[in-house]
Amino acid sequence: MSIAMLVFIACGVMAVVGAIALILAREPVHSALALVLVMISLAILYLLLGAAFIAAIQILVYAGAIMVLFVFVIMLLNAGEEVRTNVSRLAKWVGLPLGVFFLAEMTYSLFREYGNRVAATTGAAAPVPASTQDLSIKLFTEFVLPFELTSILILIAVLGALVLAKRES
Amino acid sequence: MVPISYYLILSAVLFGLGVVGFVFKRNIITIFMAIELMLNAVNLAFVAFSREFNQLDGLIFVFFVIVVAAAEAAVGLAIVMVIARNRKSLNVEDVNLMKF
Repeated sequence: MSIAMLVFIACGVMAVVGAIALILAREPVHSALALVLVMISLAILYLLLGAAFIAAIQILVYAGAIMVLFVFVIMLLNAGEEVRTNVSRLAKWVGLPLGVFFLAEMTYSLFREYGNRVAATTGAAAPVPASTQDLSIKLFTEFVLPFELTSILILIAVLGALVLAKRES
Repeated sequence: MVPISYYLILSAVLFGLGVVGFVFKRNIITIFMAIELMLNAVNLAFVAFSREFNQLDGLIFVFFVIVVAAAEAAVGLAIVMVIARNRKSLNVEDVNLMKF
């Protein structure tokens, strides 16, 4: 078993454990910390896939900025333990089997489609890791219009958040 | 080298757990976190496909997904704060004005 496989198994188990902990935790703060665990293990997986820039912004933006925002709101609203209520019967008897079926179907079709692709990637045609330089050249030439549009999106989001959170006097 | 199918299955499992959290959690902030978990799972699939097919477009898409997730978190958490201020509760079952 190669080192890459070992790292993948470690990070994959960490991500799944974090996701389960997110669901099982009663306190929102514990869920937030579990989600940070998932994001950090995903960042290591991105490094394993050779996407260094994506791993960096995963840590900076997701695990840094967005999760700090979440923890800040939890603190501000003084969110305590979750109130336990009865899950609706529709969710329990229809939603859960459908979710399991959906997962099994997705896993089966992905495995059938890509399960035997490992031979193609180990030979001379093995993909090279994408460098940050290539990524930025593509981003600022081919995708420059969407890139500029995201700045407008962020501006509108900031204005929307300000208007929503404003206290009516 | 790890086969791409392993990444895709991990991504599917994380997405499924995100859906389960979205349906079964009752705290509105935790539901939001489940949505973020689903977005992360999709990002993992994008990066894995991008590596497999040697195409940079997948990484660009992940970049935009992260930007949109940041904007969504800002607006969504502002909405959560308004709901918490008006209803004095973070339970989604108290927000049932448009419930059928």
